[in-house]
Amino acid sequence: MTAPHQSPAFGSLALIALVIAAGAAAFAYTAGWFSPQRLTPGKLVAAFAPPTGAALGHRRNHAKGICFTGVFEANGAGSELSRAAVFARGQYPVLGRFNLGTADPNAADATVRVRGLGLRITTPDGQEWRSATINAPVFPVSTPQTFYELLHASGSKDPKAIAAFAAAHPEFAPFGDWSKNGPWTGSYAEERFNSLNSFVFIAGSGAEHVVRWSLLPAAQPVAVSTDELAKRGPNVLEQDIAQRVAGAPQRWTMVVTVANAGDPTADPTKPWPADRRAVEVGTLAAQQVQAEPDGPCRDINFDPAVLPSGMRTSDDPFPAARSAAYAKSYDLRTAEAKDYPRTTTGATP
Amino acid sequence: MIGGQRRFTPLQRLLHWLMAACIVAMLFIGVGMVSTVLPKYLTLVAIHKPLGIAILALALIRLVVRLRYGAPPLPADLPEPMKLAAVASHYALYALMIAMPLLGWGMLSAAAYPVVLFSGWHLPAVLRQSDSLHTLLWAAHFYLAFAFFALILLHVAAALFHALVRRDGEAMASVAIHDEVEPAKQGRHAI
Repeated sequence: MTAPHQSPAFGSLALIALVIAAGAAAFAYTAGWFSPQRLTPGKLVAAFAPPTGAALGHRRNHAKGICFTGVFEANGAGSELSRAAVFARGQYPVLGRFNLGTADPNAADATVRVRGLGLRITTPDGQEWRSATINAPVFPVSTPQTFYELLHASGSKDPKAIAAFAAAHPEFAPFGDWSKNGPWTGSYAEERFNSLNSFVFIAGSGAEHVVRWSLLPAAQPVAVSTDELAKRGPNVLEQDIAQRVAGAPQRWTMVVTVANAGDPTADPTKPWPADRRAVEVGTLAAQQVQAEPDGPCRDINFDPAVLPSGMRTSDDPFPAARSAAYAKSYDLRTAEAKDYPRTTTGATP
Repeated sequence: MIGGQRRFTPLQRLLHWLMAACIVAMLFIGVGMVSTVLPKYLTLVAIHKPLGIAILALALIRLVVRLRYGAPPLPADLPEPMKLAAVASHYALYALMIAMPLLGWGMLSAAAYPVVLFSGWHLPAVLRQSDSLHTLLWAAHFYLAFAFFALILLHVAAALFHALVRRDGEAMASVAIHDEVEPAKQGRHAI
């Protein structure tokens, strides 16, 4: 027996305090508590909110939407690029969501420039390919940090904020031009939806290709003015797609475009040259439409980083930022479910 | 418990230090990944899930080993409140080691995310999709992570207190890696 009760040495206690404080500080640093400038998912998501606050229970962006189910009919051609089961010839169930790029779930359709398509394709082995594509031909900015600045400029009370942002960020010009001068259509079924971000497809041989993809509408696009669209009503797009799909499945051809070495794979503001190899890999068919409050897409996060074996993210920084932000949005809105009642009687247009 | 032993078995000591490294890494990865939108977010998430399942598996092995081999007794002269704190904190550590991965797994299931461990390898959903369950499990996973880290700091503080202040030789010796370390007269385990 030794004497275990020596009087506590001040030095020893101070050392213990130091070790614990250092551990706690390292943890706090990792959590970003000492880095107020760090762009967190929470800050990115909060930047979408209008001055009146976010629409509780809804997605923080692309808040207005309608669910659909259908199939992806793979023609087998994609297997050359990726060993993902989804490209093997066959039909795979799809859960999707047509949506508008706005934080306001009640926005009038004619007021929202960006239209989106969320997809979840499931293969029999249980793997999933989730994606969220939009109708813009290019993305407005090159990095998530700049996107955050754009959100602040958009939300600014200063009417010149966007012009100032565009002047400071020349890469914004192609998107700005499309936003101002590109044609509008009167239907989700007439929209071309683009991944914009690049991803890496891994073939069975192990060969890797950096790709982007698009969904090209089978329906012929008919340009409409925003005035004409506004006259058709604030929810014309949802009414239109429900009506079209009730009549017949609506289709899009999925085209995968393969980058050449040296193409700008990390920057979604830069389109690749038009002569790049494009492979038609299959057809998306929307077969049934469901209103969102009780629809199957409501509580699905169309996280673009949920990829099957045979695909992975590239050097494009956006899928990671989107994945982080979508998860934050999902956590917030599912916790607010009571603010977005499941069965609505006209309360949520 | 088997009485009379002064140290944990080699297997228990191995599990202690292996899991210590895994769990501390896990907590830092977790708190780091939810605070960034940089590409490392995906890397950290991709580590977080399989590491969590590895910790769950190790924790279950460790529980069985602990039930089989027991633990050295606490120092006989340890004041009652400290004994109580020691026993309670170890129950809490075991509970968290097992509960945290299950909460994470359940949370992902309730959100209908595929629980991908490696490319092409995923676990089945353990719960049906539910926004209320997801919210509950998310909150538990999040707040218990901070409680877990606090408990680990307390555990380290207690170990250092034994080593430096009480000098009862118990904490460090009981889980020391090297057998040549002089066996403590008494001991119990760390994490």
